[in-house]
Amino acid sequence: MTQFQQKTQITRIERLAKDIVRITLESPEITSRAQPGQFVMIRTGNGHDPLLRRPFSISQTSNGKYFQILFKVVGRGTEILSHCCEGEYLSVLGPLGRGFHVDCSAPNILLGGGMGIAPLLFLGKYMSRKCISNPPKVVIGARTVSELSPLLHDFKELGLPVYPATDDGSLGYHGFVIDVLQEMNLAADTRISVCGPYPMMFAVHQFCRAKELACQVSMETTMACGMGACLGCIVPVEKGGYAHACSDGPVFDAEELLWEVK
Amino acid sequence: MGSEMKEVDLSVSLGSLKLKNPVMTASGTFGYAREFAPYVNLQRLGAVVVKGISLEPRIGNPSPRIVETSCGMLNAIGLENVGVKRFIAEKMDSLRASNVPVIVNILGDTLDEYREIAAQLADVEGIAAIEVNISCPNVKKGGVAFGTVPEMAEAVTAAVKKQSRVPVIVKLSPNVTDITVIARAVEAGGADSVSLINTLIGMSIDSKSRRPGLANIIGGLSGPAIKPVALRMVYQTAQAVSIPVIGIGGIETVEDILEFMLAGATAVQIGTANFINPRVSEDAVEGLAQYVKEQKMGSIRELIGALVTA
Ligand SMILES: Cc1cc2nc3c(=O)[nH]c(=O)nc-3n(C[C@H](O)[C@H](O)[C@H](O)COP(=O)(O)OP(=O)(O)OC[C@H]3O[C@@H](n4cnc5c(N)ncnc54)[C@H](O)[C@@H]3O)c2cc1C
Ligand SMILES: Cc1cc2nc3c(=O)[nH]c(=O)nc-3n(C[C@H](O)[C@H](O)[C@H](O)COP(=O)(O)O)c2cc1C
Ligand code: FES
Repeated sequence: MTQFQQKTQITRIERLAKDIVRITLESPEITSRAQPGQFVMIRTGNGHDPLLRRPFSISQTSNGKYFQILFKVVGRGTEILSHCCEGEYLSVLGPLGRGFHVDCSAPNILLGGGMGIAPLLFLGKYMSRKCISNPPKVVIGARTVSELSPLLHDFKELGLPVYPATDDGSLGYHGFVIDVLQEMNLAADTRISVCGPYPMMFAVHQFCRAKELACQVSMETTMACGMGACLGCIVPVEKGGYAHACSDGPVFDAEELLWEVK
Repeated sequence: MGSEMKEVDLSVSLGSLKLKNPVMTASGTFGYAREFAPYVNLQRLGAVVVKGISLEPRIGNPSPRIVETSCGMLNAIGLENVGVKRFIAEKMDSLRASNVPVIVNILGDTLDEYREIAAQLADVEGIAAIEVNISCPNVKKGGVAFGTVPEMAEAVTAAVKKQSRVPVIVKLSPNVTDITVIARAVEAGGADSVSLINTLIGMSIDSKSRRPGLANIIGGLSGPAIKPVALRMVYQTAQAVSIPVIGIGGIETVEDILEFMLAGATAVQIGTANFINPRVSEDAVEGLAQYVKEQKMGSIRELIGALVTA
């Protein structure tokens, strides 16, 4: 595996909704090696505050040269990033972690909730090319239409069947993505890839366990280094002890993890 | 460039341990070095200090283990590590292959544990020095940290020293009233050098959720925020002992290193800054070489303790 620490130029910054931002960065090195589900660590400034880099999934790549991150403004780091300008440079570390396992021989369903949709775009694009005879179905959910419609558009452009859901019913199914999944007719060998809030992934895992479906999840934790050095990014595992989200994950087989009601 | 670099003397001695330059990486912030191989030419570093090793494997604390604070971070990793046996079996090969002096950081719950780890490491090829983390609670003495009681600090030092064939560095805890008392105690115990500081005990609270930032509630503060405290302690310690002092705490730039050396440090360790710029240690070596050349100094050693106070 090859990783880079680079100053990468912002070629585009878009505000997709009130607090959802997409940044396009130029790096042939990172882009050409990135796998769906991998992430980058980005410095939000040059000073000491905020000190640590912030992790973001790679949400799209294009032309072997550009990659995108898609994020919600939730705190200081994302606030600073949201005010960046085209032409500016960001220090990026990546591509990091282990991404999604892709198996085109079985039917695939990609499930995303909120910003968890970000890595699924990359995965969807990758699968739409690789799994031509067996393209994945996509189920994505968000709170409301304004957060979901820009992303819905991207999946539709890939030509994938998309099933949207919103908490308030303002677009698509009125309810959660797990409800959509429950109403689908699933083949016994269906493979589910999911990224979203913990309770959502937990629910999907329980559903898959009951139906004996393969399920992989992308975990989010606090991270200081993103490269296996600080040991801060733990997730409890079934066999006891912890795995490290940045180096053993962020994508895990849901069965390997120890799920806790939070 | 190669021949120009050779003219610059960055070498320092920590007792019998000779380093080609004073820049090391701090324990717990550099993994087992190979994590950093994509970013750093490890051979350029003075030494690497690996994650703290205990006798038995430890799974560490629950999540969250880290939280960012103003110009710093708190961690309560809980000394997660694979234990000394697996460390020797699984990590030493790649460390030896990296062609950089390897310093193994050790920790224990009891005096016997420290002694036993040191004994097991004594026959291992490719270890340049042992660094003893004495910030750990002594479970046989009501959980009081070894590094906070002079007699206990001295006893641990002597126990490890007796087992070791390589130089022993004792890493001091800053969570004491007078660090020079502890420094003198470990010197009396036979330490070849001291390194300081380990993290400062701290805490953070999220007023919205009314929860602590760390699952362990309290943790160790590191990063730029602790530099003034570290600098002061290095300064005081360098005056109190005659063994070499290794400065640690919030170091990131060449200027930071110069400051620690002026305060009396013979060498330094870079910790948290590795997370932000994984190449920071190698950048610092290059920067120091540049500095020595520009200043037309014969050696970097001229800086050690050269603080101007008059
Ligand atoms: C592998 C990985 C991939 C990620 N990919 C994405 C992505 O593609 N898009 C994206 O938007 N985010 C993603 N995240 C989460 C993102 O890293 C955090 O939202 C970001 O670090 C917050 O930084 P901040 O400085 O803005 O917030 P901070 O100042 O650190 O925190 C401010 C507040 O935001 C809350 N907060 C912090 N982190 C999160 C979080 N993860 N989710 C919700 N609230 C949070 C905290 O509770 C805190 O109160 C990812 C995280 C990981 C580990
Ligand atoms: C995540 C993390 C893990 C650490 N683990 C250890 C350890 O195992 N043993 C040890 O002696 N010090 C450990 N330290 C302390 C550092 O080696 C160093 O003394 C301290 O962080 C101060 O330096 P800094 O400000 O440059 O980080 C750790 C620090 C951090 C941030
Ligand atoms: S984020 Fe540092 S080890 Fe995973």
